[in-house]
Amino acid sequence: MNLILVTFIILLAFTSYYFGRKKALVIQSSQRLTALPKFYGYYLAAWCAAPALIIFALWSVFEPSIVKTFILQDYTDQNLTKNELQLIYTKVKALAAGTYTGNITNFLDESANKYIQLKGIANSAKVAIILAILIFSLSFAYRSVQKNDRMREPVEIFLKWVLFVASLGAVLVTIGIVFSLLFEAIRFFQAVKIFDFIFGTHWYPAKTFVRDGQPDPELMKDAFGAVPLFAGTFFIAFIAMCVAIPIGLLSGIYLSEYAGRGVRKYAKPIIEILAGIPTVVYGFFAALTVGPFVKEIGNAMGLEVSAESALAAGAVMGVMIIPFISSLSDDVITAVPQNLRDGSYAMGATKSETVKKVIFPAALPGIVGSILLAVSRAVGETMIVVMASGLAANLTMNPLESTSTITAQIVVILIGDQQFGDPKTQSAFALGISLFIVTLFLNVIALSVVKKYREKYE
Amino acid sequence: MNSFKKNLLKKRYNAERRFQWYGKIAIGLALSFLAVFMFQIFSKGYSAFQKTWIVTEVHYDKELLLIDAESPSKDDLENADYYDVAYKAMTSLDPGLPEEEDRQLIQMVSYKYETEVKDLLLKNPDFLGKIVPIKLTASDDVDQVHKGNYPRDIPEKNRRVNDYQLQIYDMLNERGDILSEFNISFFTSPDSREAELAGIASSFMGTVFSILVCLAFSFPIAVLAAIYLEEFAPKNKFTDFIEVNINNLAAVPSIVFGLLGLGVLLAVFNLPRSTPLVGGITLSLMTLPTIIIAARASLKAVPPSIREAALAMGASNMQTTMHHTVPLSMPGTLSGTIIGLAQALGETAPLILIGMVAFVNTIPGTPVDPAASLPVQIYIWSESAERGFVEKVSACIMVLLAFLILMNLAAQIVRHKFEKKWS
Repeated sequence: MNLILVTFIILLAFTSYYFGRKKALVIQSSQRLTALPKFYGYYLAAWCAAPALIIFALWSVFEPSIVKTFILQDYTDQNLTKNELQLIYTKVKALAAGTYTGNITNFLDESANKYIQLKGIANSAKVAIILAILIFSLSFAYRSVQKNDRMREPVEIFLKWVLFVASLGAVLVTIGIVFSLLFEAIRFFQAVKIFDFIFGTHWYPAKTFVRDGQPDPELMKDAFGAVPLFAGTFFIAFIAMCVAIPIGLLSGIYLSEYAGRGVRKYAKPIIEILAGIPTVVYGFFAALTVGPFVKEIGNAMGLEVSAESALAAGAVMGVMIIPFISSLSDDVITAVPQNLRDGSYAMGATKSETVKKVIFPAALPGIVGSILLAVSRAVGETMIVVMASGLAANLTMNPLESTSTITAQIVVILIGDQQFGDPKTQSAFALGISLFIVTLFLNVIALSVVKKYREKYE
Repeated sequence: MNSFKKNLLKKRYNAERRFQWYGKIAIGLALSFLAVFMFQIFSKGYSAFQKTWIVTEVHYDKELLLIDAESPSKDDLENADYYDVAYKAMTSLDPGLPEEEDRQLIQMVSYKYETEVKDLLLKNPDFLGKIVPIKLTASDDVDQVHKGNYPRDIPEKNRRVNDYQLQIYDMLNERGDILSEFNISFFTSPDSREAELAGIASSFMGTVFSILVCLAFSFPIAVLAAIYLEEFAPKNKFTDFIEVNINNLAAVPSIVFGLLGLGVLLAVFNLPRSTPLVGGITLSLMTLPTIIIAARASLKAVPPSIREAALAMGASNMQTTMHHTVPLSMPGTLSGTIIGLAQALGETAPLILIGMVAFVNTIPGTPVDPAASLPVQIYIWSESAERGFVEKVSACIMVLLAFLILMNLAAQIVRHKFEKKWS
């Protein structure tokens, strides 16, 4: 039904385009046109499609919730909770669609009939309203075509609006992220105190799971302490940075200051391949090769090493991040003005002295910015940790033990079927929003540092 | 020059040389990581492209098939009972084996061997009543033994292949009845719980659909947004806000987009779970900022003289943009789009959250059928304990990397072939 309606609107828009152009050619014989004939077509087509499609979209968004309120009106006097009402509504919908398998009560049957009836009314109303709008807007547009009004400007203004709305898309995504995270997180914080979440030191959401019942609030208090996760996240990011910063920075310096053109031309893209490899591949590599390798070395030295160690995950993550740091610091160092180097050479400094004492301090803000970006990347990394560093949230500073991170826990909680309304599921969104805030914070700082640095030398 | 100065100079030159070596070592380390990595994947994965078959003889006995009709129709063959025929085909490998031990032989082929026996007859109806050789898919364990991936010298109780099965295997191998052929079914069959039958067809199609959906959603919106921001947006607070927004969105961890997909697309809009449609939309939100940034950069690279020339000829702003600036910026935009899609292609975590991690043993035909994707398939298989899946994972990684390399090459070609060099 909806598909037919939309196709109809679009087809009508195309026809009206051709019709408008034809009309312009007719007008041309008697008076001067105000724009190219195709703009007459565009004008008609835009007036045909845009209002009808906007109304259609609004209708589709609001219809289900309006129907829902009508149906659930019959149940308001029964003092049901929100979840129960939702369940009833799902049943009614299933019954109306003929896919319901449970017990059919009279009440349900009545509601389902009402649902079908309402849907029918809504559908015919929708078609009628959209047809009316089509007729109205087309006749309006046709009148101004007949009057030979200015045609190009309105079309261009319309196009500009289309462009503007598209650019709102990015804002919409951000709003969507914030709201979807906040919505569930707030419900989570109604069940668990925000204080317990931020400062609690035990993360064990599985123990709050109670089949068909409300979880014990005492248990909840002790199950959702996110400190081990925050600690684990930054600990693994720290290990990654210990690998990535020296290697990345030194290779960035070498590539920008020492390497010949040939080396630079080939080495740089090859190193950047490391950034293009999907993280799940790194995860597999860490779990299958690096983890056992670390364990073997540790055991040979007489240390207790778990097969899923923070060290393995962090080291592999570090390798993944090398190209970020090397490329960014390469760019930053190349941007240092040549006269600083020349001045240093003129004083008799060697190349490495120039790098260490002149270029590095000059480029430091930019390098710090790139490192912060890399940290934010490491904090948000998921698959390597999920696959290589275990899933138990230990509060530990021993790199040879397994730890877990915010991202890994989100995956653990949400893999498989989720139940919305369960504090365990909601806790993933609470973790998500803390992750979002942390990375946003790091990015904003990094970008502003880099921007200041750029302004300094431009 | 006195000796003190000489020494100092020597020290400084040594430091210089050391520093250069640090740089070389760092680059060498980075490159060797890549090399080790590639070597690991290839050495583990290449054997997955070979499939092991066990050749035996099957007697399509009409009585055992329970076929009564004189000249059976296709339906008769379809509905016949293949259990005994298939069973006999396997047990005939060692007629002396007592009946209660027969599981050991049956376990040497995949559990689908009965279907394979059936399919051969359906393909060649004239085999009915004859004894013909047949190729049966070897079980995962025999497959691994044949490829040399399975150690034979560990004690029997720690082995999944027992001594008797090894003996039969050796006998068959000597007779030349173990075949190793190119593994077509790896590319044509969907996922399976059994390593020897598992293929990437379902996840491959899932990936293709998600990428197409992602392209369909992100490309138009991103290009239009980029045009607005670069060519029409007034310099004001709101435009700045949009720009900051896009830059920050580009750095949001991918898993947050997964939460968005779960919380909005699945919970609010009730789109079907585990489908490439939802996966593609989720990925498109992620690629949106990447494409916007690339498209803006390439719009910026079009020299102002082009715009000025068009405006001087009397074109409106919109005409200048649509007829001149945008077409000239397309190569850059397209290559940015391909790179953005390549990033989306490798994403796993957001797809796991929206349920594309479900076990799917059918090949999806539309974007609203449940499916996995290649990276998720890697994750699923690598969580599996069976040894046969290790090589499957590596092979799947090879396919994924090949896909990525192709896309990046395409981006390079688009950029170098079609991009105009100004200046």
